[in-house]
Amino acid sequence: MPQMTDESVRAGSTREDDISFYEKVLAAAPNGEQLRLCLECGNCSGICPFGYLMTYPPSRLIAMLRADRFNKVLETDTVWMCVSCYACTAVCPSKIPLTFGLMTSVKEELLLAGNVPAELQTALANSQRYGNPQGESPRKRADWANGIQPEVKIMGKVKQPVDVLWFVGDYPSYHPRVQSTTKALAKVLNALGVDFGILGPDESSDGDSQRLAGERGLFEMLAEKNGKVFSKYQFNRIITTDPHAYNAIKNEYPRLGISYPVQHFTEYLVEHLEQLTPLLKHEVKAKVTYHDPCYLGRANGIFDQPRALLEAIPGVELVEMAHNHANSLCCGGGGGGMWLDGFQWEKAHVRMSDWRVREAVTSGASILAVACPYETPRFEDAVKSLNGSGPLIVKDIAELLAESLG
Amino acid sequence: MNIVALFKLVPDLVEELEIDGNGTALNMDFLRLIINEFDDHAIEQAILLKERGGAQVSILGPDIEGVEDVLYTAASKGADRLIKLTGDFQGKANNHAMARAVTSALKELQPDLILTGVQANTDLDGSLGPLLAEYLDMPYVGYVSGVKVADGKVITRKEYPGGLVAEMEIKLPAVLGIQAAEQPPRYIAVAKVRQAMKTATIEVRTLAESDLSGGSTIRRMFKPEAGTRAEMIEGSAEEVTTRLLDIFKEIGVL
Repeated sequence: MPQMTDESVRAGSTREDDISFYEKVLAAAPNGEQLRLCLECGNCSGICPFGYLMTYPPSRLIAMLRADRFNKVLETDTVWMCVSCYACTAVCPSKIPLTFGLMTSVKEELLLAGNVPAELQTALANSQRYGNPQGESPRKRADWANGIQPEVKIMGKVKQPVDVLWFVGDYPSYHPRVQSTTKALAKVLNALGVDFGILGPDESSDGDSQRLAGERGLFEMLAEKNGKVFSKYQFNRIITTDPHAYNAIKNEYPRLGISYPVQHFTEYLVEHLEQLTPLLKHEVKAKVTYHDPCYLGRANGIFDQPRALLEAIPGVELVEMAHNHANSLCCGGGGGGMWLDGFQWEKAHVRMSDWRVREAVTSGASILAVACPYETPRFEDAVKSLNGSGPLIVKDIAELLAESLG
Repeated sequence: MNIVALFKLVPDLVEELEIDGNGTALNMDFLRLIINEFDDHAIEQAILLKERGGAQVSILGPDIEGVEDVLYTAASKGADRLIKLTGDFQGKANNHAMARAVTSALKELQPDLILTGVQANTDLDGSLGPLLAEYLDMPYVGYVSGVKVADGKVITRKEYPGGLVAEMEIKLPAVLGIQAAEQPPRYIAVAKVRQAMKTATIEVRTLAESDLSGGSTIRRMFKPEAGTRAEMIEGSAEEVTTRLLDIFKEIGVL
């Protein structure tokens, strides 16, 4: 190990490129400076769901930075096991922004060095070219709304102000399973008489998961595109289907000068609960357990609103899984996890969604309720592949509400 | 060693194709152009050769929508010269015309090796590589999925149907039609491409007027039409099988 002065230990390194990386981590997130205060308690690596598979889980990454050996990290690929679930950040006693600062910055370095799993490259290239990770035609982004009555307003067509701009998102727009959530939410909004519109072909991916997968430049490009589109239209607030879009528009877009009031749809609907409750006439007689999405719960503190909506549905008996609220388990889809299934399976031979579905079954629930578009397909796949989880049904809260509307 | 990779931009098939009003071409109103996938592999192969043995890599493409994105991306991969070719690439342009028009620009670069995609979805009059080789009087090998350079020669891995592979030695200069680079085209972070946009220069070459001779003329372009020869057999499983047996007897296979 090279000789280090006190100063260099504090700054993390004596090497110029490492110092600049250290500085980059410090600057990458608000409170980045907290990195200097790492106690080496190791809680972050302990709570990380895939920490046991990482050569350098968060605490070891910090140790490598401090020991002037960050170059070793760039030779490994297990940081791609990180699904940006925010668990490490939530437990850190020094309040270090481990997810947004440290882990994302390491992924950025790997990406710039070309150390990127192939399947992730495809999603990034698609996002760059088509504005969605799936590589679907941007012209078809509003096709899910065909045939819905009253007709869903597309801002570029109706050219009139709306109260609520609904940022639909990638998976809600294109994924065949998630489209049913999207249609259900349209039904709920229509039942409430909400004056809403969507961007349709004008909408690009929110870019949050691409950012957390290390592609900051792509995130900025997508955010700028969306920002330009937002500024073309008149609306009072934005609601999102996707907690990742919510997180991006709420916490990241303002840093790029794009500021709009934004709510996740569960937040918005709870504000209208008095009006919504009398419309929920049909019983959904079931034990329901709710999965807190990382970017709704842990990252943004929205725990009660989704539960309040579920409890407003007649017949629903809400039960909790062992991991709930801030302690919720990740579905495995965040931070690029949606596009790293093959890579992560090779390393782990298990899926995070499998763990979660087992917990849901153990809770005695017959319905696993979710509020994030990544989750329905991920959990349904887990249900299909796990013995003994057969009767468990995965539904988005929007779908359960629509069912109860009848 | 001078390596030139030449690319075409082709309709992006993410959109459903429509025929234009005249019935002889695609309706391009809403179609975006994208680099021909095989040409993307040709660029990757050029960069791989440079990384392995050193080379000056020039990338050439037609000056139409999307050309600058491809060129700047190639620069961030390591390409040295970026050249866009102005000329008639829309409308009736064909590979014969393009190959003839690009000959002098290519000669000026004094290439040892010209790489181009083995085919493109717009090749109506044969693929570009052999035509280039003919007009430049160079040897051509197509369906190449690996290239080694050694002493004024290249050894190529050429793929044949049925999983057969041949190693062929060719004297330089030569033209190769790339089927696949030795590794998939790499992803370049947006930040790097934006950097290249600030630092790299794109040169412009004006091509001679198009000489379309040798190309094909499109008389009618149409979507697959449903034939009338199929008979849909309806009914229960038993009815269907009975009818099938009758048909087999009628046509004499039973």
